[in-house]
Amino acid sequence: MAFHARPRQALAIAGAIGLALGATACGTGSNDNSGKNNAGAAECAPYEKYQGHDGKKVTIYSSIREIEADRLDQSWKQFEECTGIDINHEGSGEFEAQLPVRADGGNAPDIAFIPQPGLLQRFAERGQIKAASAETKAMAEENYPADWLKYSTVGGTFYGAPLGSNVKSFVWYSPKMFQEKGWTVPTTWDDMIKLSDTIADSGVKPWCAGIESQEATGWPATDWIEDVLLRTQGPEVYDQWTTHEIPFNDPRVVEAVDRAGTILKNEKYVNGGFGGVRSIATTAFQEAGVPITQGKCALHRQASFYANQWPSGTRVAEDGDVFAFYFPAIDPAKGKPVLGGGEFVVAFSDRPEVQAVQTYLASGEHANSRAKIGDWVSANKKLDLANVANPIDKLSVQTLQDEKSVFRFDGSDLMPAAVGAGTFWKGMVDWINGKDTATVLKGIEGSWK
Amino acid sequence: MTTTTPPAAIGTQATEPRSTRAARVGRRLNSRIATLVAIVIAIVWTIPTFGLFVSSLRPEAEIKTTGWWNFFSNPEFTLENYQDVLFGQSSSSGQLANYFINSLVITLPSVLFPLAFASLAAYALAWMNFRGRDWVYIGIFALQIVPLQMALVPLLSFFSRGLSLGGVTLMPAWNLDGAQNFAQVWFAHTCFALPFAVFLLHNFMSQLPKDLMEAARVDGASHPRIFRTIVLPLIAPALAAFGIFQFLWVWNDLLVALIFAGGSEVTAPLTVRLAELAGTRGNEWQRLTAGAFVSIVVPLLVFLSLQRYFVRGLLTGSVKG
Repeated sequence: MAFHARPRQALAIAGAIGLALGATACGTGSNDNSGKNNAGAAECAPYEKYQGHDGKKVTIYSSIREIEADRLDQSWKQFEECTGIDINHEGSGEFEAQLPVRADGGNAPDIAFIPQPGLLQRFAERGQIKAASAETKAMAEENYPADWLKYSTVGGTFYGAPLGSNVKSFVWYSPKMFQEKGWTVPTTWDDMIKLSDTIADSGVKPWCAGIESQEATGWPATDWIEDVLLRTQGPEVYDQWTTHEIPFNDPRVVEAVDRAGTILKNEKYVNGGFGGVRSIATTAFQEAGVPITQGKCALHRQASFYANQWPSGTRVAEDGDVFAFYFPAIDPAKGKPVLGGGEFVVAFSDRPEVQAVQTYLASGEHANSRAKIGDWVSANKKLDLANVANPIDKLSVQTLQDEKSVFRFDGSDLMPAAVGAGTFWKGMVDWINGKDTATVLKGIEGSWK
Repeated sequence: MTTTTPPAAIGTQATEPRSTRAARVGRRLNSRIATLVAIVIAIVWTIPTFGLFVSSLRPEAEIKTTGWWNFFSNPEFTLENYQDVLFGQSSSSGQLANYFINSLVITLPSVLFPLAFASLAAYALAWMNFRGRDWVYIGIFALQIVPLQMALVPLLSFFSRGLSLGGVTLMPAWNLDGAQNFAQVWFAHTCFALPFAVFLLHNFMSQLPKDLMEAARVDGASHPRIFRTIVLPLIAPALAAFGIFQFLWVWNDLLVALIFAGGSEVTAPLTVRLAELAGTRGNEWQRLTAGAFVSIVVPLLVFLSLQRYFVRGLLTGSVKG
């Protein structure tokens, strides 16, 4: 039979199948954590209230991956050992797209870390996520400011506490460069503009920016607009804008966008190290601040997490190569608006061990345990500054814990995805590319159904 | 491959009408200009891959600041990216080798199952007479236009909730855990591949000469015997062509794997791992170049070793129309 007369191939196929079967056999050995708990030990005292779920498994799904995921795993290791609960964390870059599919398909994780209140609301409205237990709620109210908790409250029901956070109201600069040139860190908007002029006169374009981020291109510019609106109009108008109580192209918003334009669309100010205004649209956000380290740009407004984007060897500290200052308020008397983001711990299951994990993640124990490992910021009030080693994280935590701070969540994450992660992003690209403010905002308003 | 050549009589009979057409095509493709054009196209199409390859050998700082062509004026060479990708230290996700094996475990059955089912179905649809045969065939053909994205959520629900109709449970939930999730992926890939596989193999089989089947019948061969001893050897090129198609598709698939295999070390294939390599905020994207080349190795081997079937399968298919 001709078909069978090829021993070499038959051998190859047989070998491959054998390999496959062998691999499946290896794969079935699961690393079971049960029975390993040392509940009696002294270091387990803080976890006593979570005990009684020995051998149970809790799955967590999030967009956190690689080294940050490792650190997260490490942060709850003690909890796992003391309670016997096995936490299985899975991070994915397709988190936002996959979570709805899994939830609709009946294959939801026990817990998800959702970074978009808009997405959280969608799950709440469909009844897919469970209301937080009384213990979780009490823990969250004790540890987090009310400004945060309202983002995970839908229709009066509280769904979960925040976990990590980031501060977006930061301007990155080079302390070294500032010292050499005799510039000082501005504390008001007017000072910042004056400083920009001084820098521009010295022959360096003061600001650099970049909004290219593959399919999410445009988001850094939306942060700019939100930060400026918080400063020109205050948190109340900002809330009305993100909930669509006022139209997207309200005159007050137009004014804020134009004010952002006095920096972003000013050929005299941008785009240090890259070219003209239009180069903002094609510069990757990861690289946008790099000219600061080369002396080609002085100021770069970007979130605290930008600390990870600097070329290796760059020292991030108040007296180092780069650092950040608070994006100054226009009228300091009106308080200190802080724009930021973070993820919320919501549960798709109300099994007691899931609720125990949810409560634990809202606690000060976890916040400090995670902070000690490094590179982390949280708005948790129990977080001890002494546990935050990294200078920029310290500044972020200070900013979040500051009594005067008025926190607001990133607006594009609050709006419906079609706007906040769609037309708003694209509109900002058009705006940078020269379209006028009124037309762009009108277009976005038209897309908000 | 003289061994696969069917008896001479059939060979000439089948090739007679198309030899002129094939010859004409062959003559046109052999001219000097055509060769030149082919070479130019080949070079142009290879440049991006080549650039990716050069990039994967450059240090992180170079990749992030300048284009790959700067390699030639300022050659800096490192294997660090490959080191990162192959032996990366992320403890939560383990080493790449695991994912490599997962990819194999997912891909091989996902190629063999549709091949087996589709060749049986295609035989039945082509050579067995039963009522409504053409309608079944049209139905399968029409299923090709259903995009698989539409079926993801229902299929996932089918696995995790089971199937019940009017309160009667037709099938319980699968409730798979850990490595058992491979079964879901195989099932999904097989489902999504079948319509096209049946269509392709049916077209191929229905072109086989009728006399051959009748002769076999007269000699007392049953359907299983005809299928095994006559049809299978003759459609080997089509099986190989579809096998390669399906292999490349499953190996490169991210979507189906993400949904049905999940992202855990136990079941996730290479593609899922590669998508995560760049880190939460994409700041390690220099690894992607090396990752791409690691994942390309197996499809390349499969393609190169089975290439002659591939080309022959495509050509025969196209000329037969």
